[in-house]
Amino acid sequence: MSTVVDLEGVSPVAEGRAVGPPPPADVLLDVRGLKTYFHVMDGTVAAVDGVDFQLKRGETLGLVGESGCGKSVTSLTIMRLIDIPPGEIVAGEIWFDGREILSLPMAETRKIRGADMSMIFQEPMTSLNPVFTVGNQIAEAVKAHRQVSNRGAWNRAVEMLAAVGIPSPEQRAKQYPHELSGGMRQRVMIAMALSCDPKLVIADEPTTALDVTIQAQILELIKAMQQRTGAALLLITHDLAVVAETVQRMAVMYAGKIVETGTAEDVLLDPKHPYTQGLITSIPSNVPRGQRLNVIRGTVPNPFRMPVGCRFEPRCPLAFEPCRDSDPPLRTLDPGRRAACWLQYPLSERPAGRDAAASSQPVTTERVAKR
Amino acid sequence: MTLPIQSSVAAETGIPSVEPAPREGVDVEVSLESLNQWQLALRRFLRHKMALVGLTVFSAIVLIAIIGPIVAPYNPLNIPGATRMGGDPPSLQHLFGTDDAGRDVYTNVVNGAHISLAIGLFSTLIAGIVGIIVGAIAGAAGGFTDNFLMRVVDVTFAVPLLFLILVAAVFFGQGSMIALILVFGLLQWGLIARLVRAQFLSLRETDFVEAARAVGVSNLRITFRHILPNALGPVIVVMTLLMASNIVLEAFVSFLNFGIAATEATWGNALSNSQNAMGDGNWWWAFFPGMAIALTVISINFIGDGLHDALDPRARL
Amino acid sequence: MSDPQASALPAEAHAEPGQTEVLVSAKGLVKYFPIMGGLLRRKIGDVKAVDGVSFNIHRGEVFGLVGESGCGKTTLGRTVLYLQRPTAGSVEVSGRDLSSLKPRELRRIRSRIQLIFQDPYGSLNPRMPVSDIIGEGLLAQGMKSHAARMKKVEDSLEAVGLRRDYTRRYPHEFSGGQRQRIGIARALALDPEFIVCDEAVSALDVSIQSQILNLLLDLRREFNLTYLFIAHNLSVIEYVSDRIAVMYLGKLVEVAMADQLFKQPRHPYSVALLSAIPNPDPRVRRKRLVLRGDVPSPANPPSGCRFHTRCWLREKLGNPEQCSAIDPPLRDIGEGQMTACHFAEQVGVQAASEVAATQSVIETAAALPD
Repeated sequence: MSTVVDLEGVSPVAEGRAVGPPPPADVLLDVRGLKTYFHVMDGTVAAVDGVDFQLKRGETLGLVGESGCGKSVTSLTIMRLIDIPPGEIVAGEIWFDGREILSLPMAETRKIRGADMSMIFQEPMTSLNPVFTVGNQIAEAVKAHRQVSNRGAWNRAVEMLAAVGIPSPEQRAKQYPHELSGGMRQRVMIAMALSCDPKLVIADEPTTALDVTIQAQILELIKAMQQRTGAALLLITHDLAVVAETVQRMAVMYAGKIVETGTAEDVLLDPKHPYTQGLITSIPSNVPRGQRLNVIRGTVPNPFRMPVGCRFEPRCPLAFEPCRDSDPPLRTLDPGRRAACWLQYPLSERPAGRDAAASSQPVTTERVAKR
Repeated sequence: MTLPIQSSVAAETGIPSVEPAPREGVDVEVSLESLNQWQLALRRFLRHKMALVGLTVFSAIVLIAIIGPIVAPYNPLNIPGATRMGGDPPSLQHLFGTDDAGRDVYTNVVNGAHISLAIGLFSTLIAGIVGIIVGAIAGAAGGFTDNFLMRVVDVTFAVPLLFLILVAAVFFGQGSMIALILVFGLLQWGLIARLVRAQFLSLRETDFVEAARAVGVSNLRITFRHILPNALGPVIVVMTLLMASNIVLEAFVSFLNFGIAATEATWGNALSNSQNAMGDGNWWWAFFPGMAIALTVISINFIGDGLHDALDPRARL
Repeated sequence: MSDPQASALPAEAHAEPGQTEVLVSAKGLVKYFPIMGGLLRRKIGDVKAVDGVSFNIHRGEVFGLVGESGCGKTTLGRTVLYLQRPTAGSVEVSGRDLSSLKPRELRRIRSRIQLIFQDPYGSLNPRMPVSDIIGEGLLAQGMKSHAARMKKVEDSLEAVGLRRDYTRRYPHEFSGGQRQRIGIARALALDPEFIVCDEAVSALDVSIQSQILNLLLDLRREFNLTYLFIAHNLSVIEYVSDRIAVMYLGKLVEVAMADQLFKQPRHPYSVALLSAIPNPDPRVRRKRLVLRGDVPSPANPPSGCRFHTRCWLREKLGNPEQCSAIDPPLRDIGEGQMTACHFAEQVGVQAASEVAATQSVIETAAALPD
């Protein structure tokens, strides 16, 4: 049984619908209350279930979480790359560069996509078309958004390849994806993403499929390009170390929701949410040899049987009374610093604890005997 | 930074076990009922609406084929003679009309179902069995054996159908059902063999096969217990579709008078006999047998679709 | 074929009390895969996946093997277990040369040397219940009694933290972490002494990874196991290993105790690898040493030292001839640390950071000129 409540009324993805006030001018991306659900044979999966965050111009933000937490779906929703059906953007607003983009017609969306907003994918082999040369593919992106001749677009492609450090770019541009190594292909992807001077670059696990020495190359490249062009960067990854090296601010996601936000330093050195704490202490690089790794027991909840209260509660070592029944909203602790945990709320603001034995909701996840 | 409660082995346990679990475990979400892959496939199949429709229609056809001749009101051999040139159109006495010899078309169609279905089924079975065996040997043995067998397969594809039927007629007599079944099967097992071999080649490289080797399981057991069950999925689907196409093939062959004797009732013969009738406006000669073929083939294809989705190893519950 | 590397191995290197027995010994292991091509399908070359590797693994030790894709570590893991027959060289388990065994004896040795796979989804036959997946090996090793097998299966499940009654279930009912546990139980059921963990945690989420790592270390203690732990993630290797070997393009370039390697790497590749590891502490923003170019193809390795096309030290020393002409042997450079570099003494972490400081981060796509 899913505990998802469907919104009544008109789907937010409709032209001309009523939206809230635009964000201030320095905020490039403002995601408000985003909910993206998928309707599958066995029910509805709330892949993204109420996500809010902002990204200022030129800033870098890391979206961190493990598989299934909804981070990729969030980025795909921003790019409007979700298949509808089975997907459905159930609620929320996405403001980009002063416009609310969910209510734009697809033609407008296509103008933005690739030009003002571009994406770097995880698997360079499958993201590049094997039957076209890499130069061609970059040129195609350029021609789609700029009024240039074929020659002009090609020149731009070669220029971009040089900019990302590919040697002999004129020759390389004529090569096909399979002739290049993984690292090279990822550089090509970066070149393509930057070819139209985007304001926002979304990088979805850009280095996960790469070896560590190539990963170092690509991460350094991404950082350098971001600084050079002044574009904002939304980096999606599961690797806390990658995030630590690359971004200024970060948000941690779990089971479709954001559980903590803040600067990279704040979140990684002084995490407020037990999930973040668990993640950080379970990384081998944070633990000396011989000492046992800290472990987050259990697994992510079954999306069809999401807990009614806090989604992390079944695995949380610090769970207490209100956690089982009520899902804590994100609480602002400081400007830019938020956490979704009852422990961060003062006593007066916590929901009244109920008698656990008389819990009315049949919680379908099995309970662990607590010490 | 304050850490959460420092864990020790016992506290790391996530297993809601009735017995004490001595180690950290992870077990909160396991389904309550345990189905194996075949049962799961059945479940997926039953959810596929088109497949169910196909299954229903096909079962009805099979039922009619079996019971029909017993229940049919007219003896197919009885030739009363027509009341008009070209036979009678459909009427209450003759649901599908009669042909110019006065035979009831309905009876013909129902009797024809037998033969057409039988030919479709048995030729497919032969192709399947031979194909699976040869494909498995080729895939498992590799090397020269594999090469050789695949060249044999190439040869079977090079032999023309009608020619082989003529040759078979020499041995089995003109219009023998067995001849047709054998010829079809003989020319089609190569299809199955190639498919099975491809499955073998890819399954051989999987981790779970290597794992079985690592624990010392013999090659023979690996072939039968690991590779074959996983290879059968696509093979079943292809065989289903092959059956449908063989029914059409029989009709085609009979239409050209290479197949079953023209006096026997088969759908193909009915169509063949109806060639001239169409020009005279006696549409019911061709229409009903044609419909029968079409319905059978479509329903089998739907079933094949359903099987394909059901047996897809990537599909989850 | 005399192999300088084999004789260079100290027999009692860094012996710790109770760990001097050498359980697994590899001598000059070579594994080539022929490349077929041309009209007549002849052999036109070899993929030199493993090209002369020797090492000793002591009982009770966790021997880490680290390297990037294409270095041959997976092939090496399979070859050590004789799941792939080596093209040359030998493997000894407790002193017995595996190549001298008849197939039947080899099959029996298999119960002592086991393998855990990387992919929890591909390593379990989806059409077999857990009881068969784990019990099959027992049957193959001669345990005919069904009752005895079931008990062993259930014991193994319990040892890895799963419920005993999971025997009737099928793989698709479990999560990735649980499937990996089933794979571990399968290996454990045979009472092995030596287990090759081939990227056993690489495909798992971070929070599950730590569970499995803890489990593997617990099992080692409980059952006195010895591991060859293959991974590409250096932090995991550092955490788990006693000794570490770094592999590049089919050869070992460095072998050292874990602490030694991380404090004092002596091979330029090791230095670069360590430098490339992202640090989860956001305050540490050091300049990283970035290697140039891509990993060469193992079908066509560079002449001389295989690493010379990407070596920052060679560049710093002005491209000495030696590097492209002579393949350096793995030699002992002190305290049991073995390195395969002509200029190992000049490698230091300071040298690395000097180079890192002057590197142009963007132009690292090209390999170094010869």
